[in-house]
Amino acid sequence: MTKLFTAGFLVAAAVIATGSRLPAQTKATVTNVATIPHEAVANFFKNPPGIYTGENMGIATNSKGNIYIFHRANETRLFEYSPQGQFVREIGRGVYSHAFAHSVRVDAQDNIWTVDEGTDMLTKFSPEGKVLMTIGRREDPVEMLGNMPGQGRFHGRNAKYRFGRETDVAFDQQGNIFVSDGYFDGRVVKYDKNGRFVKAVGTRGNQNLQFNTPHSIATDFQGNVYVGDRGNARVQVLDNDLNWKANFTGMGNPWAVCVSGGPGPKNPGEQFLYISNSWQDSAPAAGAEITGEVYKVKLDGTIVGKFGRAGKAAGEFATIHQMDCRDPDVIFTAEINNWRSQKILLKPQAMKTSSRQ
Amino acid sequence: MSRIIIASVAAAALAFGGSLAAQSGVSELSFSAVDVLKTPKDVYVGEVAGVGADSKGQIFVYTRTGHPYATLGDNRTFSHGGSRLFVFDRSGNYVREWGQDVYGFNAAIGLRVDPQDNVWTIDVAANQVVKFNADGSIGLVLGRKPEAIGVRPIQPPAGAPAAAAGGGGGQGQGGRAPGSGIPGSGFSRPTDVAWDKAGNIYVADGIGNNNRIAKFDKDGRFIKHWGSTGTGPSQFTGVKALAISNTGDVYVADAGNMRIQVFDSDGTFKSEFGNVGKPLAMCMTRGATQYLYISHAGDEDGMEDATIYKTTLDGKVVGKFGTAGKLLKEFGLANSIDCRNENELLVGEMTNWRVQRVTLK
Repeated sequence: MTKLFTAGFLVAAAVIATGSRLPAQTKATVTNVATIPHEAVANFFKNPPGIYTGENMGIATNSKGNIYIFHRANETRLFEYSPQGQFVREIGRGVYSHAFAHSVRVDAQDNIWTVDEGTDMLTKFSPEGKVLMTIGRREDPVEMLGNMPGQGRFHGRNAKYRFGRETDVAFDQQGNIFVSDGYFDGRVVKYDKNGRFVKAVGTRGNQNLQFNTPHSIATDFQGNVYVGDRGNARVQVLDNDLNWKANFTGMGNPWAVCVSGGPGPKNPGEQFLYISNSWQDSAPAAGAEITGEVYKVKLDGTIVGKFGRAGKAAGEFATIHQMDCRDPDVIFTAEINNWRSQKILLKPQAMKTSSRQ
Repeated sequence: MSRIIIASVAAAALAFGGSLAAQSGVSELSFSAVDVLKTPKDVYVGEVAGVGADSKGQIFVYTRTGHPYATLGDNRTFSHGGSRLFVFDRSGNYVREWGQDVYGFNAAIGLRVDPQDNVWTIDVAANQVVKFNADGSIGLVLGRKPEAIGVRPIQPPAGAPAAAAGGGGGQGQGGRAPGSGIPGSGFSRPTDVAWDKAGNIYVADGIGNNNRIAKFDKDGRFIKHWGSTGTGPSQFTGVKALAISNTGDVYVADAGNMRIQVFDSDGTFKSEFGNVGKPLAMCMTRGATQYLYISHAGDEDGMEDATIYKTTLDGKVVGKFGTAGKLLKEFGLANSIDCRNENELLVGEMTNWRVQRVTLK
């Protein structure tokens, strides 16, 4: 058995090496974007001995400032941190729906929603860590055995209650649930607050209401839906019934989108959309020169400014996979390639007006 | 078997008046060895891929132990486990584990301790080099573990644009010389790491599809790389180990070509030397006059043909010690050498699941 799996590792290395499907990197086309000064809080997240995070895929805060990080360690794990960045506890150890982390969101009641692309499931945990609801279903183990090395398959089945490597989840003020789904089906799915299917829109493609890896999703207080359509290098804006409204383009490939102020309850502050044109991977290095920045955008698509660049030093971004922007000037970034998250402080008041567009 | 071979070589050397290759005339260095690691119940050291000591004498061991296993996903299969990082005190008593449940501890291949006592692990399945700060937290990650194992690329429906979405460490030739890799940290079975005095990071990459040395700054930003697959200067056939001298020269153990190549810190070829067998591990001493210890592994099981050479930095063999086998003072695939103390080495073995402390006399 051990030998079989060891052989599997080698096969994996060979497949990856020879497949050589180099990830596309897109340089943003917008120009003369003002820079928003930013800094990273040094060593903000503090783990006790024996506690490590792996690839930080998801990050979200709750209303009390606690922070959740959903990450790929040896197993996929969900950690909770205090508002000061101290490790508090683990939630969901061994839960059936966690196999390969993709994102985490907190709803208006401080429930924690994990999005797992290994089991194709959403899991809603209460603030205490009890499972309240799941959407999607992990494939029957007998079926999964058929997907062992060499037999993975594309299904694109567009089912009401099954996902194909779904990527993210968002909630409107009524508690409706929006899922970006995903690597296989290029669609957005809407459920009511009780998890009952409402509708789905989208197929794989590059027209309006088509998606090429919808990778991240967020809502504003009006119920509009912002979809990071990563492969098509745009954010598609949909209304609450999933009708197409607008495309925001020119800011590279949106890996992560986030709307400030959320998830609610609604407050009077102006909301901003943050879009990360993430460094695709730690390789190839050339991508680091043209990606990595995060854009701050008004909800009508007007660019306010940008911050950051690709890299692994503090304040640089090593592939942002998800952001939390409950406070528009405090951005939490979950990063894949340096196994970390950062707390980023924005100083928009210090922007040089002369560098504005 | 090994004795027979050695005996016959020696005989041949005598017959030809000592004119054979340097090995036959190499003096045997006198040494003693002890099996140093002591583990509590239920802690098992397996294949010792990497061993290193910090400035306080603590011993770090990156070992293949526990089980490599796979998780069934809906569409993909995910690999886990297989290697652990243990900390021992100077006397070899078990102290603690580091890196519990981290991502990408799958197939240990090496470990190094840098001058600031940070501990770097190299994993040949995850294709990663991970820096642990001296407090055990993670400081830097180079390379990326493939997301899933052995799954066909996803085929989009006809007419749909190909998914640009990435994930997984990319690597390949990209029109460059065979096996030169692409600029960046897309490692293909990397084996070793070293640093120059400015803190720049050099990675031996490796024994997969890349035959190159990749250089990064201290923050992990890619600077350059050099090398490709082959037998000429600046070409490699399996890069197994790396060391950097006080003057910044980069020594590369080119196992398939049975030689050590020397470059300056920009990757310009300077020289090469052989007569050190098929190098598996290498360590450079830190004193004013530096030496190299180079382990030779002539067979896959470490039972037929092995020794450890000591050479000067210009390739002159000072002597050798040890043979292949499982007894003390024998070496079963010496994959890692720590030579912080020039005459007191730590030697980690793959097939013998141990670390020997070797004292040279």
